[in-house]
Amino acid sequence: MLLRTKGKPINIKSALVGKVTRNPERLDENSFLLVEGSISELPSKNFIGILSRQDEYEVINSENIVFKIPTLEHLMEGDIVSVGIDGNINTLYRVNSFHNTLLATERCNSNCLMCSQPPKDKNDINNLYEINKKLIPLIPKDCIELGISGGEPTLMGDLFFDLLSQIKTELPDTEIHLLTNGRTFAWDYMAERLGEIDNKRLMLGIPVYSDYYQVHDYIVQAENAFYQTILGLHNLARYNQRLEVRIVLHKQSIPRLTRLAKYIYKNLPFVEHVAFMGLEYIGYTPHNIEKLWIDPYEYRDELGEAVEYLAGQGMHVSIYNTPLCILPENQWKFARKSISDWKNDYLPICSTCTKLNDCGGLFTWNLKKHSEHIKPIH
Amino acid sequence: MINEKADKRSRKFREIDQFDLNEQPQYYLLPFRFHRITDDKEIIVNEVGDYLLLSNGTFERIVKRQLDKKKDADLYGDLIANFFISEEPIPPLIDVLATRYRTKKLFLNYFTGLHIFVISLRCEHTCHYCQVSRVTQNKDLYDMSIANIDKGIDIMFKSPNPHVTMEFQGGESLLAFDNIKYAVEKAERIAKEVGKGLTKVICSNLALINEEILEYCKEHEILISTSLDGPQYVHDNNRHKPHASSYELAIKGIELSRKVLGHDRVSALMTTTKLSLDYPVEIVDEYFRLGFQGIFLRNISPYGFALRTDKSKYETEKFLTFYKKALDRILEYNFSGHYFTEDLAKIFLTKILTPFNVGFVDLQSPAGLINGVIVFNYDGGVYATDESRMLAEQKDYTFKLGTLDDNYNDLFFGKKAQEIANVWANEALSGCSECAFQQYCGADPVHNHATQGDMYGYRPNSDFCQKNMEIIRYLIELMESDSRIKKIFERWAKTSTH
Repeated sequence: MLLRTKGKPINIKSALVGKVTRNPERLDENSFLLVEGSISELPSKNFIGILSRQDEYEVINSENIVFKIPTLEHLMEGDIVSVGIDGNINTLYRVNSFHNTLLATERCNSNCLMCSQPPKDKNDINNLYEINKKLIPLIPKDCIELGISGGEPTLMGDLFFDLLSQIKTELPDTEIHLLTNGRTFAWDYMAERLGEIDNKRLMLGIPVYSDYYQVHDYIVQAENAFYQTILGLHNLARYNQRLEVRIVLHKQSIPRLTRLAKYIYKNLPFVEHVAFMGLEYIGYTPHNIEKLWIDPYEYRDELGEAVEYLAGQGMHVSIYNTPLCILPENQWKFARKSISDWKNDYLPICSTCTKLNDCGGLFTWNLKKHSEHIKPIH
Repeated sequence: MINEKADKRSRKFREIDQFDLNEQPQYYLLPFRFHRITDDKEIIVNEVGDYLLLSNGTFERIVKRQLDKKKDADLYGDLIANFFISEEPIPPLIDVLATRYRTKKLFLNYFTGLHIFVISLRCEHTCHYCQVSRVTQNKDLYDMSIANIDKGIDIMFKSPNPHVTMEFQGGESLLAFDNIKYAVEKAERIAKEVGKGLTKVICSNLALINEEILEYCKEHEILISTSLDGPQYVHDNNRHKPHASSYELAIKGIELSRKVLGHDRVSALMTTTKLSLDYPVEIVDEYFRLGFQGIFLRNISPYGFALRTDKSKYETEKFLTFYKKALDRILEYNFSGHYFTEDLAKIFLTKILTPFNVGFVDLQSPAGLINGVIVFNYDGGVYATDESRMLAEQKDYTFKLGTLDDNYNDLFFGKKAQEIANVWANEALSGCSECAFQQYCGADPVHNHATQGDMYGYRPNSDFCQKNMEIIRYLIELMESDSRIKKIFERWAKTSTH
């Protein structure tokens, strides 16, 4: 799925954020007009700018314009884009998707062996904050769910809380799912500040990869990360934050997986959801594949025991990123179609499977690294 | 820390050895205790009740600092993760441990919840082991007076607990049903005024139950708790009612109560007698047949008339044999797909397998007397527990806190309460303080006094200790040797916390 494109910019002095429309009647001060052919006069309304496929463009009245864009087909009426001074057009919000995510920062204080979106060390916090600040008021108020991801969003510092306050004000009915490593919340005042925002629709997804610090710290490549994350979870619980524990399944996390399940029930019984997630073959993973790969079929016993234990204790458990054919049938009820539409795919042999519609399939990038045991169910 | 400058070199992946926070081959012991479970297994239990089962000799290696972090990697990880050892004098997650400890002691948060009103000592049964009741028509002497009911209710609502339970016991409580009605209606009024939750329970042998009483119970959401000792030949032998079968009346009463109030509004308790010991399977079967979700295998309490009756004397060993046979039977039901619990095991298992706890008078520390339960006797005496007032029937007033004419502070925090408080925490009792099962067990000053003559108690020949330790040991042995049993036990433990 195409999420970014690029054209030639004129007059764009700073990053612009707006909705797109093909209908000049719907233009307003927060929207871009999408143009396939040529135009001779500008709409009389106030609007942000024009995004055009034309190869040549004559500026009519110092309007903001990006032209020579290869395609605009991927943009739906009402989608929200950012337009950079370099002519980059990034889709920030898709009206037809349930999987929209705000990028908070690409910086991170961890460096997980299997990171799917490896961190970048440049300071992007202010720029991204400015974009998100413009984006949030434009998101439809009936947006069901919105993710916030990174990098590590809490590295935004004060801006992190500003962002979440703005979201609560602008999108009071939207479920907010924030991915964080939770380490920052080891400092009680950080959890307290989040508690003050008091957004009941906010859920924090926090990874815990082992019950033993050294294994977790190794996986996330950061000393003290485990202790910080566990303290963070406790501090967040103290301020009534809704929490989800996320466990990525691979060669390093599997050996203590059933112990981790017990640890979660004993030490983190307040978490609302525990997600067991198949490995994504992207980002750092291909580089570290020797350290990480274990065929999901090989760990099905450990996964089954961990999942059934937690579910048996009354906890809400899910299995993500794992095709049904890998799981015993009694665990299908835990499997979710977790992979966002734009990165979801199936193998050719899956086409004859009778459970295809119920199956979460694979990440597009896992088509080249997947279990040897995937087979159609008949 | 938040704005730390990212170091480019830090993005290079490092090996697991580089994440060892312990520079010295040394570790610190956190508080934990140990016990032999079977010939080849020993258990260690930490301050919050988490346990590890180890092969014999491991405990010694741990405390002698003979573990090798690499060679014993799995065990070392288990010990660190489960708060048995620490690489720093103060473990980094000590706040988590503190939270878990608070969670285990949460039953203390609200102070007294259960208020027992001995509404009448009169009874129409003549059970041979009965500890208190009288067959008499003398209401003036043996029924709780309206004035005392008023005072009891007044004290009940002084409890800081946001939810109080009012339980009517006897004798046979239904002989004073009019007084129950008075008490219920008055307590309901006050509960509404002061915004407290109120649960009402009538304990009755059900011989006198009828639709009219039950309609009243339905209207006022009163729970029924009855006695059922097993099949007819056991029950009727234990519970003698002149010219009638106590069993038939109880069964009829249970059925009628369920019909009017709903199946789950009626519970039953059994008492084990010498006769019962021969019928573990039959007793379990009876409870199962009657559609109960479980059974509480209680040993007979050593109080009141019970001690003086030869018929009721038996040794703890025999009870344990009975208990194990009955538990086997219960497990068989579970193996075949039924959900059917043993409720003593359920209490222990909640403590052993979950981060939570249950308040149960003699299986908590500090004990539940005064903290969790108080008894207002028919004559206006205030006692620490139900058993305490039974001792009083033998003229032993050790656990009499005062009378309903005393003020709240004197009753709950007075001299007598202080004296009991000295010995109500097993953390501070010799023989308990070093016991591996301390977190799973409790203190029972009343039992110690009744059986050994002093509240402090002497553990080496305490039947309380013998019974609880063996049951806990047995439960652990069972579930560690059979994963099916572990699953069943986990399910029992879970449901008692929800």
